[in-house]
Amino acid sequence: MKILVCISHVPDTTSKINFTDNGTKFDTNGVQFIIGPYDDYALARAIELKEAIAGTTVTVINVGLADTEPTIRKALAIGADDAIRVNAEPTDSFFVASQIAAHAKGYDLVLMGRESIDYNGGVVHAMVGELLGIPSLSPVMKLDVEGTNVKMAREIEGGKESVEAILPLVAGCQEPIAEWKIPNMRGIMSARTKPLMVVEASGNDKNVVTQKFELPAAKGAVKMISADNVAELVTRLKTEAKVL
Amino acid sequence: MSVLVFVETGEGKIRKSSLEAITYAHLMGSGVTAIVLGAVAQPELESLGKYGAQKVLHVVDSKLDQPVIQAYASVITKAMQDEGADVLVLANSSLGTPVAAKVAVKANASFASNVVELPSTSSGFVVKRSIYTGKAFSFVELKNQKKVIALKKNAAEAKEVGGGAQIVPYAVALNDADFSTKIMSTEKATGDILLPEAEIVVSGGRGMKGPEHWGILLDLAKALHAATGCSKPVSDLNWRPHHEHVGQTGVKVAPQLYIAIGISGAIQHLAGVNSSKCIVVINKDPDAPFFKAADYGIVGDAFDVLPKLTAAVNAMR
Repeated sequence: MKILVCISHVPDTTSKINFTDNGTKFDTNGVQFIIGPYDDYALARAIELKEAIAGTTVTVINVGLADTEPTIRKALAIGADDAIRVNAEPTDSFFVASQIAAHAKGYDLVLMGRESIDYNGGVVHAMVGELLGIPSLSPVMKLDVEGTNVKMAREIEGGKESVEAILPLVAGCQEPIAEWKIPNMRGIMSARTKPLMVVEASGNDKNVVTQKFELPAAKGAVKMISADNVAELVTRLKTEAKVL
Repeated sequence: MSVLVFVETGEGKIRKSSLEAITYAHLMGSGVTAIVLGAVAQPELESLGKYGAQKVLHVVDSKLDQPVIQAYASVITKAMQDEGADVLVLANSSLGTPVAAKVAVKANASFASNVVELPSTSSGFVVKRSIYTGKAFSFVELKNQKKVIALKKNAAEAKEVGGGAQIVPYAVALNDADFSTKIMSTEKATGDILLPEAEIVVSGGRGMKGPEHWGILLDLAKALHAATGCSKPVSDLNWRPHHEHVGQTGVKVAPQLYIAIGISGAIQHLAGVNSSKCIVVINKDPDAPFFKAADYGIVGDAFDVLPKLTAAVNAMR
């Protein structure tokens, strides 16, 4: 089986978000970049499937500029066999999906996170599936492959759905599909020499253009209420905040 | 310009998030057509008129009683064509968002999800999106003639504007490829208030000290008609089910009132709650970082404060 795992290169979840150049550019100062946490689940599940099913290979793909290569190498250190970097800025979901789709033909399983934690579009998997004409599902919290049949559990509002489909397919992943994997020393050493192919983007059609960014309005100071006077909280929620 | 709105139902009722989508489309100032798939009672369909829909396309097909994403996307794409609609509006959800993405590809439409405000059309068609899990916003121009907009909760307040809708049966021929994913079964908590849609959420963290202590939290939630949530450590420890996990990698909520009990307020948890209108934090540690993000705070022991709070709520009602 051939598995393609799509990874995003995003600010660590603890990052403070800021913008420069009059709100037009993300401020990378002091920000550490990681494999998207949801993509990390997809990668971990792909490696588990590779270990369980003989003859399985895992390729990683990222749409990003050269600064994403350490993130790609980390995915190789975790256990992917080779990698593709599409040399372009991942500006919007459709652009990223069309770049991935251009390289995803011939793969049995295309895995990625349910969403990237920067732009939170949550749709690249659905768009890749649509572009390739194959099924796609997200957010998938369990995925088992039996021959060409795939059994999945998908999270829905307040519960879950059991879904089956036939390969090839695309899945957007989330916990608890697999446990995150930490690269070991051998993985880190071998990742240095694994193939990382850089390709140029195909087409540059942007049907969505980001004009500027903005931070939310600052929150007012917290109003503290004594633990001996809990009833006052209820009164203030009703008359002051008007939320009861 | 005419706008098509995909309306979701749950247990035969129109979802509140879909009423917000109808109001949003109505406020865009154009003709609003709603599309509803699956079995729904006539009065529910007619109620859409009160929120501003002029026409309701009702698709009755037993194969569509289950929410099959691919099939729904095919039906809605065809409806956009037949209605001459340039814009599709719907609510972000586990069904709506992937349907929107597929329709956008099929119809060659510009797409934006997590939209929080009405579009600005003074210079191009620009919408405001929530990004970085609520830590920032972006303004994006949707350049194609056709547009698909998926709304974050509270992008518009559902509001009755009067009026009635014409209900029109609608049918689309579907093929096998539309049903290539098969829903084998659905496990759903019924009767409970759904966390992503709740107006009030009561959430507990490790400060609750164990699943056996959740009774006092559930009592408060019941008194407030609130949904219950939890922090990531709590769901990781299996004290509470995974679908209650609120945070950056869990459910993002946007209620009127969010009450956090025994949650310290890690930045990843805050990312899941920062769209809440009012945040109350109860924690025995006065230095808990969550207090900085709160509107009201109580420093105190959950086991002491919660029963008193529940009693005060019950006394008020």
